[in-house]
Amino acid sequence: MKFTLSWLKDHLETDASLAEICEALTRIGLEVEHVHDPAAALKNFTIAHVLEATQHPNADRLRVCMVDTGSGAPVQVVCGAPNARAGMKSVFAPEGTYIPGKNITLGKGVIRGVESIGMLCSAAELELSEDHDGIIELPADAPVGKSYAQWADLDDPVIEINLTPNRPDAAGVAGVARDLAAAGLGKLKTPPVAPVRGEFACPVNVTLDFAAADKHLAPLFALRLVRGVKNGPSPEWMQRRLKAIGLRPINALVDITNYITFDRARPLHVFDAKKVAGDLVVRRARAGEEIVALDGKTYALDAGNVVIADDRGVESIAGVMGGEHSGCDENTTDVLIESALWDPYNIASTGRRLGVSTDARYRFERGVDPDFNNPGCDLATHLVMQLCGGEPSQMIVAGKQPVAKSGMLFPWSEVKRLTGLELTVQEMAAILEKLGFAVERTAGNSDRAIVHAPSWRPDIEGNADLVEEIVRIAGLDRVQSTPLPRASDGVAQPVLTLLQRRVSGARRALAARGMLEAVTWSFVSREQAAIFGGGAATLALANPIAADLSDMRPSLVPGLAAAAQRNAQRGYGDVALFEVGQIFRGAGENEQFYNAAGLRRGAAKPGGAGRFWGQRAAPVDVFDAKADALALLAAMGVAAGAVQIAPGGPAFLHPGRSATLQFGPKNIVGWFGELHPATLEALDLEGPLAAFEITLDALPAPKARPTRAKPKLDLSDLMPLERDFAFVVDKTTRAADLLKAVQGAERALIADASVFDVYEGPGVPDGKKSVAVSVRLQPRDKTLTDAEIDAVAARIVAEAEKKTGATLRG
Amino acid sequence: MHGTSRAILSGAAMSDLQTLETQILGEIAAASDEAGLEAVRVAALGKKGSVSALLATLGKMAPDERKSAGAAINALKDRVGDALAARKSVLKGAALEARLKTETLDVTLPVRTGGLEAGRIHPISQVMDELTEIFADLGFSVAEGPDIETDDYNFTRLNFPEGHPAREMHDTFFFAPGEDGKRKLLRTHTSPVQVRTMLAQKPPIRVICPGRTYRVDSDQTHTPQFHQVEGLVIDRTANLGNLKWVLEEFCKTFFEVKNVKMRFRPSFFPFTEPSMEVDIQCRRQGGEIRFGEGEDWLEILGCGMVHPNVLRNVGVDPQEYQGFAWGMGIDRIAMLKYGMPDLRPFFEADVRWLQHYGFRPLDFPTLAGGLSG
Repeated sequence: MKFTLSWLKDHLETDASLAEICEALTRIGLEVEHVHDPAAALKNFTIAHVLEATQHPNADRLRVCMVDTGSGAPVQVVCGAPNARAGMKSVFAPEGTYIPGKNITLGKGVIRGVESIGMLCSAAELELSEDHDGIIELPADAPVGKSYAQWADLDDPVIEINLTPNRPDAAGVAGVARDLAAAGLGKLKTPPVAPVRGEFACPVNVTLDFAAADKHLAPLFALRLVRGVKNGPSPEWMQRRLKAIGLRPINALVDITNYITFDRARPLHVFDAKKVAGDLVVRRARAGEEIVALDGKTYALDAGNVVIADDRGVESIAGVMGGEHSGCDENTTDVLIESALWDPYNIASTGRRLGVSTDARYRFERGVDPDFNNPGCDLATHLVMQLCGGEPSQMIVAGKQPVAKSGMLFPWSEVKRLTGLELTVQEMAAILEKLGFAVERTAGNSDRAIVHAPSWRPDIEGNADLVEEIVRIAGLDRVQSTPLPRASDGVAQPVLTLLQRRVSGARRALAARGMLEAVTWSFVSREQAAIFGGGAATLALANPIAADLSDMRPSLVPGLAAAAQRNAQRGYGDVALFEVGQIFRGAGENEQFYNAAGLRRGAAKPGGAGRFWGQRAAPVDVFDAKADALALLAAMGVAAGAVQIAPGGPAFLHPGRSATLQFGPKNIVGWFGELHPATLEALDLEGPLAAFEITLDALPAPKARPTRAKPKLDLSDLMPLERDFAFVVDKTTRAADLLKAVQGAERALIADASVFDVYEGPGVPDGKKSVAVSVRLQPRDKTLTDAEIDAVAARIVAEAEKKTGATLRG
Repeated sequence: MHGTSRAILSGAAMSDLQTLETQILGEIAAASDEAGLEAVRVAALGKKGSVSALLATLGKMAPDERKSAGAAINALKDRVGDALAARKSVLKGAALEARLKTETLDVTLPVRTGGLEAGRIHPISQVMDELTEIFADLGFSVAEGPDIETDDYNFTRLNFPEGHPAREMHDTFFFAPGEDGKRKLLRTHTSPVQVRTMLAQKPPIRVICPGRTYRVDSDQTHTPQFHQVEGLVIDRTANLGNLKWVLEEFCKTFFEVKNVKMRFRPSFFPFTEPSMEVDIQCRRQGGEIRFGEGEDWLEILGCGMVHPNVLRNVGVDPQEYQGFAWGMGIDRIAMLKYGMPDLRPFFEADVRWLQHYGFRPLDFPTLAGGLSG
């Protein structure tokens, strides 16, 4: 919402400065977004008289002018404008002036050998219009030496406020003035509108043609004919104001409707009566109907839109935009003035569907003042008669004035209850009354009043709204900051859930492994979603912002992989990224999960990325991903060995270099592995890429325990001893199975078994591999004798053979 | 060999001892390593060594002669012993020094930077941890909800009537209508979590609701996804004065300044009444923003008293309970505090950006240690 200072002062008698007014507007909730003060930019431009204009000696197109600037002797100005001539009045800029339209500051110049002091300016150079064909021509009586901006009334600051949707009344200058007056910035002086005395009956009739359930779509419609008008440009003052707020003057009749739209938040429409065929009918549009609107575009209408039609067809989209056919132009002699009420929701949905934003729609969808419907028509009639002459008909009114909302019983104590601010009843009542509320004291009870909201405030529904009105005008700065009592006495209680702790902890754990936390889009492309197990129609956005951001992600990995690829393309190929965030398996509220995923690319090994002098660079592989996954599980408090690692994973992984993490076959919590070459190809990725992903929601909670004490530590006094075994097994035998067999050989004694070498090649038969296992024996009661140790070793070998077919390497 | 006859013992014998000593000491000094020195020792003091041989002659001497000769020979033996020990220590030191020289490495060679040095926490996560720390101290739990929401929770229960222009302030992502004809949407704010909390829990309520939110918006300063944190307090007395205090305490603690001046401006949100926007005072200098000083105002959040309609919509009696709520952008306050100039890189995972603006893995914010250390 924009208006000028002088326009505001038509409604508000005030001595306040521009700065004070702006400060007050923001303070009471009409936030000033921007103030444009054209006078400040144009203060150096003055009115000048061209005394002489002679041909430049060295340039055909230039003239040398002697210019009276009103101060001191005439100055010499070289000017290239074709219209520069002796005797004219124009606009002069002395040297040192910033010329906004050219983005230069004038210096003293010599043009083709002739000295030039200052400049005569075109309207384009002042950024007043596009006109740069010649210098500005002013009337002969323009006072030489005076500020041009002041003389031309261009020094009217334009104030733009950011209007919240609840304040349709402030979509008019009068409403803004009312708020300022209530806030103590002056006296409201909006003139009342005198009813128009019609000279004859309006020859055009209006029917509101709606079913009983649809009456709310057009509750009230006023219409008046003014005949014998002479339409033409509107007066300078009106054009200046309209231009200042960014509207293009069209002709007096149209400008009047725009002016009242902004002056009183009352949108109107004018029809050229000669182009209206028969009577007007207000009704729902019929399927297939079309209209060429005032913007020259054709709109296809349906029953969801309300229209004003005549015998010819649709003439106007109600409350949104009129039709081109019956619009007013300079040939209009008879004008029909429409002032109507429309259903805000219907206007909003029509505007949305047709994609039309107009000043009328803006106001109707927020709610215009129903009590100003007929006065709006009268005000427009007065202006038409004043600017275009003509003879008014009586006003036809179809429909009924809506019934005013009933008063609210308002306990004054609500202000203190909700805000903590204590005000006198007198002050509170005065604020409401200045805003146009009627305050009815209830007999015998001064604690409460019956308050009637004014017709222009559709947003006022209850006590909280009245509290807001009172405190915003009284001043929010008067509300004292008051400590909120602590939730519990003493030390603050813990508040996080296990999952919340795990989400935060997972981030720290993965970052501690040298990975960088990424936050990628929740959306992926349809193809990415499908590859990573998603792509369900229920998770596809109906209005995605881009084709590659169309589906909710089923996995964090596609986003991380794409990010790694982007980094590689910038020259950073060895990257380790992780993300802990939401993934979606369905649109239901229980189908969103917290996943943690990590991805390593190139040579971003856990011990350090890239080439290194002390070690040959190796590409990332499935074991890096496995290490990350197991480290995360450990950080989440999952006991080592509790999770099962089942070879093979989802289809987007390399089938021979991936595994599924599970607690039993039904409880899968994640996977790790290298990405499948087909995945890389489909998503335009370059490997190697190794990744893991774990669903944090799926991890088991630690056992609840009555105390925080750790289990008793059981230490043996006896030395542990280690024995190494080199087994030969089939190449396909799993190390985990061999270790399990070894450990199972003597549970009481074997504290640990680990693989320290795997070898294939000379010395080992084809199809076999050698797996070297180190076993740690921990005696419990007594030191083992050599015979006992040999017996355990034999059992280990026997068990390994029995379970995996292993033999000792000879 | 030196003489063993009695004839050389007294006169010439003494000068022979001298010669022997000079010779042995010379050999000790000449020994270039411990093995050579050991050979000298054996040749002098070994069983068959020259000094041992002299000692063996003592037994055949007359007692008085034995006494003086014995003293002289033993003194020689001691001096040789001392010289051997001294030389041994010198040779050992030299040998160690030589070994160390061969073992010297170029310690300026770079080492691998692994885990703790290389890893980074994203600023959004860090700020979420900071928010949790601050509000946990004031007794706020952390409430979360789904990103895919119903129209009912995202709008209707929050007092956005169907078709109301306030809905248009939220450019909403929708899904195709389901079997029931209703279409789900991506939450445009975390306020539906407030609705869920109030439906699930009886007052008193103190929660913050951090999370990811979405709007159909993408330009220099907007991204289709962003992060919000909202706060909600519902009890029998919580009023606007308390809201001011909570927000002042939050801003001071979060921005880590002693004082912060805030400006509350009336505004409009469908779910609060009265509604306000809050600016904080700051000084902008170059690309930096300093809080607690300066002449500029910077909008940071929206807030208000929970609208009675919202309370009724979740089954809370607005005459019995009251409260306040606020909301702000996590990405935005992260940018204000830590100086990132643009929002878009938050979601682009450029490793250079993550390394620069990210936080070290162990820099967990605590109130005791100061949020950012």
